[in-house]
Amino acid sequence: MFGYYLDLAIRSLRRNKVLTGLMVLAIAMGIGASMTTLTVLHVLSGDPLPGRSASLYYPQLDPRDMQAYTPGVEPPAQLTWTDGMYLLHAKRGTHQALMTGGMVPLQPAQSSIDPFHANARYTTADFFPMFGVPFQYGAAWGDAEDQASARVVVISAELNDKLFGGENSVGKTLRLQKADFRIIGVLGDWRPNPHFYDLYMGAYANYEQVYVPLSTSRALHMEHDGSTDCWGDGGGDQVHLETQPCTWLQFWVELDSPASVAAYKEFLEHYSADQRAAGRFVRPPNVRLRNVMQWLDANHVVPNDTRLQAWLALGFLVVCLVNTVGLMLAKFMRRAGELGVRRALGASRRTLFGQLLLESGVIGFVGGMLGLLLALLGLWLVRQQPSDYAKLAHMDAAMLLATFVISVAASTLAGLLPAWRACHVAPALQLKAQ
Amino acid sequence: MEIRPILATLPRHRIPALLIVLEIALACAVLCNAVFMVAQCVIDGRAPNAIDEQGMSVIHIGGLDSQLAADSVARDLAALRTLPGVKAAAAISDVPLGPDATFNGFTSQPDAEATVNSSVYLVGKGAEQALGLQLLQGRYFTDEEYAQGELLPSHQSASHVVLINRSDAARWWPGQSALGRHIYSDGTAWTVIGVVADVIAQDPHFSGVSGKYSSVFFPQRPSAELGNYILRSDPTARARVLQQAMQTLGKLEPGAVLEGKTFADVRAEYFAGSRNLAWMLVLVCVVMLAVTALGIVGLTSFWVGQRRRQIGIRRAVGASCRQILAYFQTENFLLSTAGVLLGAVLAYAINIYLMRHYEVNRMPWYYLGGGVAALWLLGQLAVLGPALRAASVPPVEATRTV
Repeated sequence: MFGYYLDLAIRSLRRNKVLTGLMVLAIAMGIGASMTTLTVLHVLSGDPLPGRSASLYYPQLDPRDMQAYTPGVEPPAQLTWTDGMYLLHAKRGTHQALMTGGMVPLQPAQSSIDPFHANARYTTADFFPMFGVPFQYGAAWGDAEDQASARVVVISAELNDKLFGGENSVGKTLRLQKADFRIIGVLGDWRPNPHFYDLYMGAYANYEQVYVPLSTSRALHMEHDGSTDCWGDGGGDQVHLETQPCTWLQFWVELDSPASVAAYKEFLEHYSADQRAAGRFVRPPNVRLRNVMQWLDANHVVPNDTRLQAWLALGFLVVCLVNTVGLMLAKFMRRAGELGVRRALGASRRTLFGQLLLESGVIGFVGGMLGLLLALLGLWLVRQQPSDYAKLAHMDAAMLLATFVISVAASTLAGLLPAWRACHVAPALQLKAQ
Repeated sequence: MEIRPILATLPRHRIPALLIVLEIALACAVLCNAVFMVAQCVIDGRAPNAIDEQGMSVIHIGGLDSQLAADSVARDLAALRTLPGVKAAAAISDVPLGPDATFNGFTSQPDAEATVNSSVYLVGKGAEQALGLQLLQGRYFTDEEYAQGELLPSHQSASHVVLINRSDAARWWPGQSALGRHIYSDGTAWTVIGVVADVIAQDPHFSGVSGKYSSVFFPQRPSAELGNYILRSDPTARARVLQQAMQTLGKLEPGAVLEGKTFADVRAEYFAGSRNLAWMLVLVCVVMLAVTALGIVGLTSFWVGQRRRQIGIRRAVGASCRQILAYFQTENFLLSTAGVLLGAVLAYAINIYLMRHYEVNRMPWYYLGGGVAALWLLGQLAVLGPALRAASVPPVEATRTV
């Protein structure tokens, strides 16, 4: 029966090409616009480190003075040097790393490449094992290099391609801010999206090119970049950031069990209380401990524009669907005569209903295919935009499937009312009118 | 035109009538909000800025040795000023709409709490000419003030003088002269020596609406803080001047990282995101209106097809073509009116929702008026085709079928 109805549906759709075309086009446009924006939303709200992100936590403390204090206010998004170092050396997690961002002038050895600013990450050694960063050549540094402020650097695959043509550059020298560094590792494909561990360096597609031990970066006064938030008499002076009342460091810790998370939170509260008793903190203990996805949520990482566009596109899809309802109604009611004959010959209302719904499903499927093409075009247009997340806008298998599911579901939904109306025509009246 | 017969027939076509009303309502709601957002993007992108944007170029210089920066800055500027076409050159910490924003809160009372993010500009000698600032009151910095300008350990300016924006002057001392008064931040005080026309903030998205036109200028002697060179030239010569300046600096400062742009590009890049949003909204609106119009055409055609006999009878008993045409037009007008009324309510509801969850302002009434008028017009245009076809139904149709 399914095959026969499918055949009927296709025949009927072919009969009135203009009306069919209009319906398919309406659905295709709605689906195209919605899937473009939904794909962007899907890509941007993804998990940066699937499998690991649930056990990575971001502690926050509140070391600020009493100015503009309200109880329970969100603590600063970063840590001071003193607090960061304390948490680092406490080693309460499986892994922990203290880090911040930077922009360092890079002077290539080749004269053919002009000096440029490299996006840098200054971090302690656990960054690499904790985030599971893949290496192409060489390896990361360890605690010894951290303590010795060693002049070692790990570079990204992209920078390795640019400077060394993709060859194994381990052991070579890189000149950063007029100091020589020994390359000890080259990363593989490392592009977590969103850039969760430091949202101030651009939340998307803004990958570091060089990784330098935090201690080395401080010893050489390498340029810090990102957010520096100060209070009291702190002025954010680059050279003396360690001693100033400023937050400018990110700290991540790996906690593998719910018990260790609870214990860590208690540890943070104890630390805050101790610091307050010692007079360093003036606010009552106010801590947060969020894992990666909670941290991204709390920071509203997905751009508002993107959400707004998705809502708009869904509104547009609804307009298109209401249109399709109208067009289907016109189409089905026009065939009242044919349906009357089928009823008179013994087809039940239920079978007619099914047949008409199948017909709307076919419209949805064809509309979905065209919509997919429009969505691919839309995503291509998005990728031409200059925003930092634009390059990520690609459709994956899940969204491809979703396109067809949404399209067929939407058109079947749109067909419900017209089909119900059409299969309630009185057969006798229709036969008489012939 | 008698509208009672039209109203009497509508209940017999409840579903198609409701669909048309719904289509128009949805289109009206989305259209009003989308057009309003496009207008906001356009207004944002054209935010006034009282500097010579057209003639200005910016070169960011990075990687200077901080100990030697003072000499480098002085030497570079001397070289830049000799270039043909350069009217003025100066160093500045960051430019309006620039990427490395520095904000600080200032107040007009010594111990009040600051509520506005003010953009802090450290400017080197000659910056008033290079930027093309417009002095409204008072004076610019003297050479001596420039020569003494430096930073305190707290990173505040150690200079005692400041230039402020007109908006800030009006905010701190409404209706009074700002000259000679003081602004404060964390216990440090500065004397206002001049008021300039509003210069836009360094990162207006971050500063928020309140800080958009809150800019303060401090004098600074050549130092590593002045990481941007600004060049002023004739607007027609700016590209050539910028290129020459880049070459000159490349020779003077090998190893430094140079990024040069005209200010027109700085502005275009800063607002690229909202410009794209605006284009996407325009595209969606156009397609949506087209889809709505096609939907009305489809439904009305179906309607006309259904009523060929009634039309034939009306024609046979004496109705003219014009009357049939007017019937369908009036019917569409009534449905559109119901649609736009519903749509206006929906549009306001969407606007209120957006205001609560996103940074969207209240929509002025004239956007609703425009949307309503547009949909009335669209409805009339869409119905014209089917209505003309209805008007051409011959009276003999009345006798055709049983």
